[in-house]
Amino acid sequence: MSRLLLRREVVAELLAGRANALVIAGLGAPAWDITHAGDHELNFPLWGAMGGAAMLGLGAALAQPKRKVLVITGDGEMLMGLGALATIAVQQPPNLCIVVLDNERYGETGQQETHTGHGVDLAGMAKAAGFARTFNVRTPAEVSRLQRQIYAGAGTLFAQVKVDPERLPLVLPPRDGSLLKNRFRAALLGPDAAHQ
Amino acid sequence: MKKTSEPAWPDEVHALLKEAGVRQVAIVPDAGHARLIKLCEQDKSMRVVRLTSEEEGVALLAGAWLGGEKGVLLMQSSGVGNCINMLSLPLACQFPLLMLVTMRGDHGEFNPAQIPMGNTTQAVLEALGVIVKRADAAGDVTDMVSGAMRLAFNTYRPVALLIGQRVSGAKDFRKLTRSVPK
Repeated sequence: MSRLLLRREVVAELLAGRANALVIAGLGAPAWDITHAGDHELNFPLWGAMGGAAMLGLGAALAQPKRKVLVITGDGEMLMGLGALATIAVQQPPNLCIVVLDNERYGETGQQETHTGHGVDLAGMAKAAGFARTFNVRTPAEVSRLQRQIYAGAGTLFAQVKVDPERLPLVLPPRDGSLLKNRFRAALLGPDAAHQ
Repeated sequence: MKKTSEPAWPDEVHALLKEAGVRQVAIVPDAGHARLIKLCEQDKSMRVVRLTSEEEGVALLAGAWLGGEKGVLLMQSSGVGNCINMLSLPLACQFPLLMLVTMRGDHGEFNPAQIPMGNTTQAVLEALGVIVKRADAAGDVTDMVSGAMRLAFNTYRPVALLIGQRVSGAKDFRKLTRSVPK
């Protein structure tokens, strides 16, 4: 059996081509992973709001149809907001891509098992909901293909990427939510954002 | 065409939201919001996003604001209970959030299951730190929406306007057991 993908290598590769994409990360490890790849004004890492990452992505994608919106989150976070798969599939914003880094664990709370280690196929659920593009990703070649699909393709995308349940040092983004929000809006909308 | 017996506030509120530039309308339906929802669905400048649970709307509208759009969340008071932890997002990050909540478990309620959430909606929201206003007469709704909307978007925080059951009327279950309205 080949070795599992390493989450920070996956995230570094997916973000390498980001250009002007908007990036939202679910709480915990995905927030540390996108920050490990480089803190960025157009990152919005969540410190809470578990189950809300994909829906934040939908709101941003509908507001900014010309930008790619990439949500990177974990299996536990996605499982808490499964209804969002139906809500998003009905809206079908072609610029929204959701990538679940699936280590089959609640990593921040002591590596307890999630449903994905017991047969729950999140990409299958997204496909059944009606997502235009869904992927199960397990190999480096599939990560490269996913990276191309995110930036070159169109159509609401969901990918479930199986990753190693490794414990890694935390790489913390700023944790003042107002700062994260305001710098994101200023970078995206310009200085007038503060006077909207 | 609006019947003369119908209240004016849904049309006025729709016009108010439109004028303020509200683009994303997140909903879990309630009978009290039926006409406003229909008006928003017919408005090409608005995107109605049906939710599976109200907390999705809290996150959706934070994302909308990040992307430069305003939104509104329409729901029934029972849905407030579904939103509680997600409200940490607008509270911690100072996102504007306008919630228009039609009340159940309120004036003249028939259904016992609506009481625990309806009777505590205001207390629960206020315990969290959400600003809560109430409209209990149809003639007050439009002005109260206007005030709540300005509070939310001008001061960057979640604001809930509770629209009392006296405004839309309690659902008459006994009548519905005899005839189903078209």
